[in-house]
Amino acid sequence: MLKLILRRLVQMVLIMAVSSLLLFAIFDTPEFKKRLAVQELGGFAVSALTEESYKSWLAARGLDVPFYQRYANWVGNILSGDLGFSYEKNRPVGPLLADRLANTGILAFFVFALMIPLSLILGILAGMKEGSLQDRSISFISVLTTSIPEIASAILLTVIFALGLGWLPVKSAMIGGFSFRELILPVLTLVIYDFGYVARMTRASMAEVMTSQYIRTAILKGLPYRRVVMRHALRNALIAPFTLIVLQLNWLLSGVVVVEVFFEYDGFGKLLLEAALFPDVEVVQACTLVAVAVAVLSQIISDIGYTFLNPRIRFA
Amino acid sequence: MAVTEIPSGPSALDRLSRPKPVIVLFLLMWVPLTAYVMFGQRIGPNAQTLLLPAIPATLALYVLGVRAFRESRVAVIGLTLVFFWLLMAVSAPYLPLMDPNKPVAPFATPFSERGGLFFWLGTDFKGRDMLSRMIWGCQRVLVWGVTATMVAYVVGAMFGLISGYLAGWWDEIISFVANVLLSFPVMVLFIVILNYLGPSGFNIVVAVTFASAPAIMRIVRGLALDIKTRDYVYAAQTRGEHPLYIMIFELLPNVRGPIIVDACLRLGYTTVAITTLTFLGLGLQPPDPDWGLMIRESAKTAMLWKFSYMLLVPALAVSSLILGFNLMADGLREMSLRD
Repeated sequence: MLKLILRRLVQMVLIMAVSSLLLFAIFDTPEFKKRLAVQELGGFAVSALTEESYKSWLAARGLDVPFYQRYANWVGNILSGDLGFSYEKNRPVGPLLADRLANTGILAFFVFALMIPLSLILGILAGMKEGSLQDRSISFISVLTTSIPEIASAILLTVIFALGLGWLPVKSAMIGGFSFRELILPVLTLVIYDFGYVARMTRASMAEVMTSQYIRTAILKGLPYRRVVMRHALRNALIAPFTLIVLQLNWLLSGVVVVEVFFEYDGFGKLLLEAALFPDVEVVQACTLVAVAVAVLSQIISDIGYTFLNPRIRFA
Repeated sequence: MAVTEIPSGPSALDRLSRPKPVIVLFLLMWVPLTAYVMFGQRIGPNAQTLLLPAIPATLALYVLGVRAFRESRVAVIGLTLVFFWLLMAVSAPYLPLMDPNKPVAPFATPFSERGGLFFWLGTDFKGRDMLSRMIWGCQRVLVWGVTATMVAYVVGAMFGLISGYLAGWWDEIISFVANVLLSFPVMVLFIVILNYLGPSGFNIVVAVTFASAPAIMRIVRGLALDIKTRDYVYAAQTRGEHPLYIMIFELLPNVRGPIIVDACLRLGYTTVAITTLTFLGLGLQPPDPDWGLMIRESAKTAMLWKFSYMLLVPALAVSSLILGFNLMADGLREMSLRD
């Protein structure tokens, strides 16, 4: 088990190294440097710039050094805890990223707090009686909601609750400090898209358990149905959904981009998109590292959880 | 003991020489539509004649599809949704619609009349007819979405077959690269790739391939590992067939079933991805109509109850197409479990 975790962690570091090197190489192209110059000095100023003064601008920014040297410097800085500097926001990346991650963390907390009970209950209800009306209607609802992409459900919710009824604010920029009301629409958007998938997987897992021998035995020996479901079926049926829910963390980091941009919520996704478009290299780098770390760590957690919950499975 | 002759299998040419009607019809629909969307502007005003054979082909394909899926009501509903948009895509130039790019009357609400013209779904902030933009908008999503999914499948299936069948070093290398790509959140990968290549339809194909091929590769690899121990594969090996022949003609046709269900789901994901990326400004570019672009443009101007139709129309359109793909996948899975 420990060996497996170690192997995964080594793999994670390797992936981080490869991807950050690739990103550095990508953002080192002349076009990207030019774009950065245009962002900083303005398009007109850049076109009026002589070759000489452009070169001196590059030198002032430290961009004239070959990228492998800059990469080595950057890796050194990362290892000493310095994540770099954001040209666009004009502040160090570390605190900026921490701020935005905290915002996305709040969003994610409420998404999971709502999505987990909702999807598990619906999935169990559907899987309990496979093929029943209850099952069919829950399955249909979950296909329907997963078919509405985040951008469309964001629009539907905004049009109904913000523009039509006027109950909730249209944007979630949180200008006047943290406001719970502004958080409702982004959270709902993400929950609506995601709960159907988890519910369907829970249903499949539950339906499989319900057809197994020990459940039939339990029913045949006259145990109340409630007790069979609660005490016997759930324990095994919830193993697969648990690992799946942990893996949703990875999905959430992709999903938040469009939601945060649409609702103008200052989180990780919006930061990443703005940085990539600017191009704010060191911010993109830091965001990618965080994303890869979250992806690999959630995989490790889900593996450990799986082993822990299911004693039949032991890793070498 | 007499040496028994090993019977030789059908040659590669034999296997290819009987095209199925479904494939012919699909090509008849698909090639003109793709050519029209990708090169229509270069061909000029007569480009729409390209689409003439595609209209009957689409209808015939729909009839064949309904007959094949009739066991599952869900699949037929999904098929109908998808083919409604396909039919709209191939017949858009022949429908009595206004020019989707021509400003007529700005901010006309749905079911209103302006200057003798009736607007079913109103007009957008520039005064372009929403109905016509909605119908024309499905062309690019369908063409780029399906093309991207197909390319991702070709690449993913190829690597999956190689790493599953040949195993060894091939497997190690391919699996490592796939793991690297899979450990990026999809959106991060999209943003990085499209930001580097620049936003366009072709680059969306590249980005979707990078994002989807590793997952497809894993599925195909698993299936190939299972199938390569079957007797017919041993038979082909004994005949001395080339590994490439075995991969394409023995393994590939037998992994088809699970792959088709996954492909329907993935078509849905790709449609979501294209619309989302276009909304973020990384996908298809103006002025041609596209659902993601319609949302992007109206999200800045139409944040009022009165103008919410500008956002609702593309949002509902894209949802219905994705629902179609998902229902088709659902019905197919149900049908494959039944037999």
